[in-house]
Amino acid sequence: MKKQKNKLAGLQKRKAISGYLFISPFIIGFLVFMVKPLAQSLYMSFCEVLLGPGQFEPVYKGLANYKQAFLVDPDFNSMLLTELGRMFVYSLAIMVFSFFVALILNQEFKGRALVRAIFFLPVILSSGVIIGLEENNSLMSQLADTIEMSTSGVSVTAVLEELLRTANVGIKVFEKVFEVIDNIYDVAIMSGIQIIIFLSGLQTISSSMYEAASIEGCTKWESLWKITFPMVSSLLLVNWVYTIIDFCMRTDNQVIKKISTEMVTKQQYGFASALSWVYFLVVILYVGITSLIISKGVYYYD
Amino acid sequence: MTKTKVKSADNFWERNRKSEGYLLKRTMLNWGISICRFILLFGMCFLILQPILNKISVSFMTESDLYNPIVINIPENFTTGNYQMAATLMKYGEALKNSMIISVTIALLQIAVCTLVGYGFARFEFPLKKFWFACVMMVILVPPQTISNSLHLHFRYFDVFGIFEAVKGQAINLRGSKIPYYLMSAGCMGLKNGLYIYMIRQFFRTIPKDLEEAAYVDGCGTLKTFVRIMLPEGKPILTSCFLFAFVWQWTDGFYSRLFLGNTQLVSTGLSRIVDSLGAFLMKELGVKTTVSVAYSNCILATGTLMIILPLIIIYLFAQRAFVESISSSGIKM
Repeated sequence: MKKQKNKLAGLQKRKAISGYLFISPFIIGFLVFMVKPLAQSLYMSFCEVLLGPGQFEPVYKGLANYKQAFLVDPDFNSMLLTELGRMFVYSLAIMVFSFFVALILNQEFKGRALVRAIFFLPVILSSGVIIGLEENNSLMSQLADTIEMSTSGVSVTAVLEELLRTANVGIKVFEKVFEVIDNIYDVAIMSGIQIIIFLSGLQTISSSMYEAASIEGCTKWESLWKITFPMVSSLLLVNWVYTIIDFCMRTDNQVIKKISTEMVTKQQYGFASALSWVYFLVVILYVGITSLIISKGVYYYD
Repeated sequence: MTKTKVKSADNFWERNRKSEGYLLKRTMLNWGISICRFILLFGMCFLILQPILNKISVSFMTESDLYNPIVINIPENFTTGNYQMAATLMKYGEALKNSMIISVTIALLQIAVCTLVGYGFARFEFPLKKFWFACVMMVILVPPQTISNSLHLHFRYFDVFGIFEAVKGQAINLRGSKIPYYLMSAGCMGLKNGLYIYMIRQFFRTIPKDLEEAAYVDGCGTLKTFVRIMLPEGKPILTSCFLFAFVWQWTDGFYSRLFLGNTQLVSTGLSRIVDSLGAFLMKELGVKTTVSVAYSNCILATGTLMIILPLIIIYLFAQRAFVESISSSGIKM
C-alpha cells in the first residue's frame, strides 16, 4: 500500500516536471521580456531619464512625473476621461450590435456563410497599421461629404435628433446614442470576433429547449430573454473583457498616441512611463470592476 | 413541371382554407421577416465592404479625376499609374518578400512555442499552475506600449549575465536587427501571444483524458504522446492560430517599427508612404513641393489595397479555418 502511494507521488512528480518543461518557454520569456521591462519602466516612471550620447541615466525624482501627469499636463486628465467614456459607450454598442447580428446570423437563410465571412473580414483587414491610416484619410471623408451633398443632405439621424431635441427628453443619452449610430461603421468593424463568439454560444443551445418553451406557450420574444440571453450570458463576460482590451490597445486611441509622442518624439522616457502606468492601472481597474458587476449576473447552465 | 406547380398552388390555397387563413398569415410573416433580414444584412455588409470598394475605385483614378466633382465612383481616365507609384514608394517587391519571410517564420515560431505552452497548461498538473496562468492573462492585458521603451533599452545594451561584456568588452547592440524579435517570439512575448496560448489551451482541454491514458498504457512517453496523438488532434486550431499570427504580424506596425525598423516591410512602408511620396517628388522635380491632400490619400488608398490583397486571397481560401476555429475552440471562462 505504502509503495503504491510512493509510486503515485513519483508519477505526479514526473508529470509536474514535464508540465514545467512544456511551459518553460513562457516562464523564461515572461521573466526576461516582461517582468524586467515592467519593473524597469515602473522604476523609470519615478525618475527623470537623462539621455546622453551612448548613455542613459535615470535620476530618482519621486512622484514628480505623476504630479506632472495629473496636475500640470493640460491634456492628460481630459484625454483619459474621454477615452474611458468612449470605451464605455462603444463597448456597450459593440455588445448590443454583435449580439443582434449573431441572433440574425443564427437563423437559417441562403448566403449565411457569405454574410458571416463579410462580418469577419474586418478582423483581418483593420488591424495594425491600417486602422491608424484609416483615421486620417480625409479623401474618404471628402467623398462621403460629396455623396451626402449630392443626396441633398438627407440624414435620417439628423432629423430624428432634431425631433427628439425639441421634445427635450434625456438629451445627453440621446446624443451618445446618435454619436454611436453615426459611427456605426466603427462599431461594425470592431465586432467581428464578438459576433463569432456569440454565434458559437448560440449554436450550443439545444433546440429542444425552445420547443419545450413554445409548447408551454412562450412567445419568441419571451424565449429570447428567458432562454437565449441567460444561456449566452457567460460569453457576454468574455466578450466584454475582449472588447475593452481590444479597444484600449488600438493605435487610434488618444492616450496611446500621447504616450508614444512623449516617448518617441519628445524622448521623455520617465514621463511617458508614468503615463502608461497610469493608463494601464486605470484599464485594469476598469476591467476588474465591470467584469465583477457582469459576473454577478452571469448564469451558468452546468 | 407546371402541373405540379399548379397543383401545389392549389394545395396551398386549400390548406390555407382548411387552416382558416393561418397558413397564409404565417407565410406572409415569414416572407416579411426574410425581406427585412435581407435589407438589414445587405446594408451592414455594404457598410463593411464600402471602404474597400471605394479604395478600389479611387486607386484607378488619375489626379484630375480626384478633383472632378462629377466623378464619384467610376474613373473617367482609367489609370494604373497609382499602383506603379505606390509600388516604387513602398519598394513593393522587396517589401513583399521580406514581409512574407518574416511573417511566416515568426508565425511558425510563435505558434510552435505557444502550442507547447498551451498544451502544458491544458494537460498537466503542477504547483503554481494558477499563478502562471494568471501571468498569461497579464501578458494579454499589458499594453505593449508600457514596456516598449525599456525593451528598447534592453536590446540596445543586450547582455546575458555579463557574458558579452566579458568577451567583447561591451554589451552588444541588437537594435535594428531581427534577432530580438525572434527571441521574444521564442519566449511567447510577441504580438498577441497570450491570446494564442489561451485559445490553444482551451482546445486541448476538450480532448478526452482517455485518449492520453490509452497512449500511456501502450507505452508512449509524454513527448511521444504529444507529438503522435495530440498534435494531429489539434491541427484545426493550430492552423487557424497560425493564420491569425501571420495576418496580424503582416499588418503590425508597433513591433515592426520597434525591432525591424531597418528591414523594408509592407506595414512600415505603408505607414510611411505619404512622407516618401513627398520625398520622391522632391527628388524628381528638384524643388520642394507640397503634395496635394487628395493625391497623397489616393496613393495611400492604393498602398492599403496592395498590402491587404495577399490577406484577402488567404482569407478567401482559408475562411473556414479563421471563423470555425473561434467557434469550435469553445471560448469560455
